[in-house]
Amino acid sequence: MYGQFKTIDEANRAVIDKVVSGSPFLVDVVPAKSVIEELNGKALLHAGPPIKWENMTSPMQGSCIGAALFEGWASNADEARTMLENGEVEFIPCHHVNAVGPMGGITSGNMPVLVAENRDGGNFAYCTMNEGIGAVLRFGAYSDEVINRLGWFRDVLGPTLSKAIKVKGDGLNVNVMMAKAITMGDEFHQRNIAGSLIFLKEITPFILQTDVDDKDKQDVIQFLADTDQYFLNIAMASTKAVMDSARQIQHGTVVTAMCRNGHEFGIRIAGMGDQWFTAPVNTPQGLFFTGYDQDMACPDMGDSAITETFGVGGFAMIAAPGVTRFVGAGGMDDAVSTSNDMMEICIDHNPNFSIPTWDFKGSCLGIDARKVVETGIEPVINTGIAHKEAGVGQIGAGTVRAPLACFEKAIDAYAVKLGLIEPAVNE
Amino acid sequence: MLYTIVKQNSYQDSVNLMLLTNKISTMEGINKVQVMMGTPANKDIFKGAGLYTDELEGAASNDMCIVVDTDSEELIQAVLDEVDNYLNNQALSSSKEAFETVRSWDKATAALPGANLAIISTPGQYAAEEAEKAIDRDMHVLIFSDNVAVEDERRIKEKAHEKGLLVMGPDCGTAVVSGVPLAFANVMKTGKIGVIGASGTGIQEVTTEIDRLGAGISHAIGTGGRDLSEKVGAITMLDGIKALAQNSQTEVITLISKPPAKEVRDQVVQLLQSLSKPVVAIFLGEEPHNHEGNVYYANTLEETAAIAVDLVKGNPIKSNYNTLQGDVPAVELKPEQKTIKGLYSGGTLGYEAATLISRGINFDNSGDHAEGYLLNANGFEVIDLGDDIYTQGKPHPMIDPETRIQYFQKAAQDESTAIILFDVVLGYGSHEDMASALIPGIEKIQKEAQANGKNIYFVATVCGTDQDPQGIDDQKAKLAKAGVILRDSNNQAVLTALAMLDITIAEVQKEVVPAKETATAEITVSEAIQKLLTEKPNVVNVGLKKFTEAITANGGRVVQYDWRPVAGGNPRMRKVLSVLR
Repeated sequence: MYGQFKTIDEANRAVIDKVVSGSPFLVDVVPAKSVIEELNGKALLHAGPPIKWENMTSPMQGSCIGAALFEGWASNADEARTMLENGEVEFIPCHHVNAVGPMGGITSGNMPVLVAENRDGGNFAYCTMNEGIGAVLRFGAYSDEVINRLGWFRDVLGPTLSKAIKVKGDGLNVNVMMAKAITMGDEFHQRNIAGSLIFLKEITPFILQTDVDDKDKQDVIQFLADTDQYFLNIAMASTKAVMDSARQIQHGTVVTAMCRNGHEFGIRIAGMGDQWFTAPVNTPQGLFFTGYDQDMACPDMGDSAITETFGVGGFAMIAAPGVTRFVGAGGMDDAVSTSNDMMEICIDHNPNFSIPTWDFKGSCLGIDARKVVETGIEPVINTGIAHKEAGVGQIGAGTVRAPLACFEKAIDAYAVKLGLIEPAVNE
Repeated sequence: MLYTIVKQNSYQDSVNLMLLTNKISTMEGINKVQVMMGTPANKDIFKGAGLYTDELEGAASNDMCIVVDTDSEELIQAVLDEVDNYLNNQALSSSKEAFETVRSWDKATAALPGANLAIISTPGQYAAEEAEKAIDRDMHVLIFSDNVAVEDERRIKEKAHEKGLLVMGPDCGTAVVSGVPLAFANVMKTGKIGVIGASGTGIQEVTTEIDRLGAGISHAIGTGGRDLSEKVGAITMLDGIKALAQNSQTEVITLISKPPAKEVRDQVVQLLQSLSKPVVAIFLGEEPHNHEGNVYYANTLEETAAIAVDLVKGNPIKSNYNTLQGDVPAVELKPEQKTIKGLYSGGTLGYEAATLISRGINFDNSGDHAEGYLLNANGFEVIDLGDDIYTQGKPHPMIDPETRIQYFQKAAQDESTAIILFDVVLGYGSHEDMASALIPGIEKIQKEAQANGKNIYFVATVCGTDQDPQGIDDQKAKLAKAGVILRDSNNQAVLTALAMLDITIAEVQKEVVPAKETATAEITVSEAIQKLLTEKPNVVNVGLKKFTEAITANGGRVVQYDWRPVAGGNPRMRKVLSVLR
C-alpha cells in the first residue's frame, strides 16, 4: 500500500532520511531563463500555489509590472498592467519549475538566480537574489531604483558571483554555512545576518580573484556587506533542493512544501506528489514601523516558508533569541515553547543543525501532516510583512500560521487515494 | 513639532527599538515617535513616516535616532528618561514554571520519563479514550471528569486491573498518594491511616477530621461514585483495599461509601474481614449497630475519623462518638420558624446532613428526590448545589459563591426557615477565600431579617486543614466574626442546628461482635501499585492546569498536557487519522 514501505511511519522515515542526507551546494548564479525553459517565453514565476492575475495582491501585481518593465515588455507601468490584465503573460508557480521566490516571488527570464545543487539527490533548485530592504521588487515596488538595481544584478552582481564561485571550483557547501550560522543566532527566515556574514567571508577572497573590474568588485562586496538578509535566498534555494529530493519518495504524510501567494496557502505532502492542498491565507501579525499598523498588512505571501518546511525559520525560533520578540513580546521562554510546540508536529530532530540554546538538540525535522491535524497545532512561519498596497514595501515583521485546512485536505486525500476511506460526500 | 535626539554610538537591535517606539508612543502628549538606528535605509523610513529632520542627516549607522512629534518641549526629557529606563531594563520578567507543557502523549512521556500517574480532566466524552492511552503507557489514572459511560468505566478498570494498574474515578474529585494531593485535595499530616472512598467530599471530611484530631494519613484513594455498583463490581475498591492492606505505611484502613449493591457489599466486606489490619467503614445512610471483628462500622464521617484515630493511637474504641459537643446557642425565633435549609457545596456532606436531619424529624428519606434535592420534607431542605443541574454553565459552588448566595436568599425568604446550614470546603482547587466571598451575602440576610424583627441563624462547618492554601483558622475567624455558628465537623454542625430547634437524634451504642469465620484472603499487589503507594508520583496532568500546583508544591513531579480534542473533535478527521496509522 505504501510502496516498498510497510507503514506510513516507515515511509515518513525514508523521506526525512533524505532531508538529513541532503547536501546542497551553491554552484552558480545564472540568468533564470538559462535553467528554466518556460521563462524564455512571456512568462513569470510567482510565489505560492497557482494563482490568476485578478486574485493577486497589489504587491504581487506591482512585482509583475516591475518584471515586465525590467524585461522591456512594456515601456511604462500602465502599458505593463494592461498587458498583464489581458492575459498576455503566463503565470507559473516557482515550485513547478524547481524554483522558489520570496514574497511575490516574481521571477523573469533575465533575472539572475542562485543555483543550489543537491549532491545527494543530484537535483537543482533556483531562487532570485535578495534585494535588501526599502523599495524592492518582492514587495511590489517598480520604481526606476528597483528596475535599475535588477539591471545591476543582471549585469554585475550575478556574473561576478558566478565567476567567484567558479574560482572556488566545487561550489559552496551550504549545510556547513547553515550549521555555523544557526549557532550564531540565525533561524534562516527572520534572521540571516550570521549566514550573510559567513557567505561574505567565504566568497570575498574569490571575488577578489576574478577578472571583474575593481569598481564592480567594490560594489558587489559593499552590497553583500549591506544586505543582512542576503543569505535567506541561498537558504531557500538550498532547502528547496533538499525537499525536492526527499519528495521523490511519494509515500507518507511528511509535508514537502509550504508556500503562499497572498490569496491561498498551499502545501504538498510526500504521498500526494505534486498536488497542492490549499486554503485561504492568514495575515501576519507582528511589529510595525511607525506610521503603519495591522490594518495595512498584506495577506501572507512567499515561498520562503520552504525554510519552515525544512524545519528552520519559525520552527527554529529558539535558535534566534534576537528575533524572538516578534512572537509577541516574549523572551527565551516563549522561544523555547514555540520550538517545543513545533516539535509536537515534527517527527525528529535534524542532527545537521544542532541548536546550542536548545540544549544542542537538532532543528525540527519532518512535519507530519497527521500530527498537525491531530493536535491542531498549525506550523508557525516567521515572515516580513508587506504593505497591502504595491510599492510601499516592508512595513513590519512578525509571524503567521499555516492554515489547518490545508493539512486536513491533504491527509483526507491521501486516505482516499489509498482506498482506506470513502471520499467525503459533501465535498 | 519634531524634536530630534541622536545618541551617538549607541547600537540597539531593531526589534528592541520597535518595541521601544511602541512604548514611547503610548506616552501622553506624544503625537508620533520613531526610534531607529541611523542607517540610510532607516532614514528613508523616517522620511516615509514624515519624521525626517535635518539633524538626522549627520547620524551614522551606529547612532540611535529618536524623532518625537509633540506639542510640548517639556516632554522630551520624559521621553529620554523612558528610553534610558527601557534600555537599562531589558531583561524580561520571566516567571519560569516548574513544569513542562506539552500537547501530546508522546511528548508528555518524553518530558517526564517514569511518569506513572495521569490525572484526566478532559470533557467526559473524551475521558475514557485518554484514560486508555494512559493505561497503554503503563500509568495509573485518576479520572476527574464525569459523564463517562458506565460501560467505559468497567472496560477501563478491567484493562487496568489486568495490567496491575489502578483507576481512580471517573468523577474522582480528590486523592492523596504518597503525600501528594491530587485534584481538589487538602494538605494534611502524613500518618498511618489509609483511606479509600467512593466519595470526594466524604474523603475530604474524614481526612481533614483525622488531621484535626492529630493523626495523619498515608494515602487517600478515590474510586469514583459508581465503583461499588453492580455494573462495575468494585474493581478499584478491591484493588485499593489490597494495596492499602499490603502497604507498610498504612496501619489502619478507612473505607467510605454510599451503600453498595448487596453482592458487591458482601464481596468488599468479606475482603475487609480477611485482613490483618483494622478497618473502619462507613456506608453512608446505613445505621450499623455493631462492629464485626476487625471491621468497625461508623454512623457518621466524624465517627469514622475518630475511630480510625483511636485505632492508630492504640486507644480503646468507644461505643459511640456521635455525642453533641459544645453548647447549643440560645435562639430567639418566631413561632413559624421551624426548619433548617442545608445548602451544600460538598455532595456527601449534604447527603450526611440529609440523613441526620431525616432521622431527627423521623422522616423516611429513602424515596426519590427532585434533582439536586437530598431532602425535602416539611420545609426541611438539603440541596447539593454541586449537582449537575446547578453547575451547567456555572462554576462549581466550591469555586464560585454566586449560586450559594442566591440560594441563601431564597431560603431566607421562606418564613419557616430558622437556620441555614452550609459547608465551606478548602484545599487546592477551591475558592481562595470563600469565607470573604460569602460573608456579604450572609450579612445582608441577617440585616434584612432583623429589620423584619426576626433572626436567621447560620450554622456551618469548614472542611479543611491549617496547611491548606486558604488556612482553616483564617476562614473560621472570618465566618465567626460575621456571626456564623461554626462546628468542627459536619456531624456536629447538623447536630447543633437540630438542637437549636430542640431536635435530638437517638445515639447508637456499638459493641464489637466476632466476625463470621473468613478465610484469610491471599493478597497480591502489583509492583506498579506498590510503587504508587511508596514513592511520590510522576504525574501527567491532562486538562485543568490548576491541578499542577498541588503536585509541585508537595514534591511530586508533573508535566502539563494542554489537552485538546483530537483533530478539534472533527469526526471525519478523526476517522482519517485512525485509518492513517
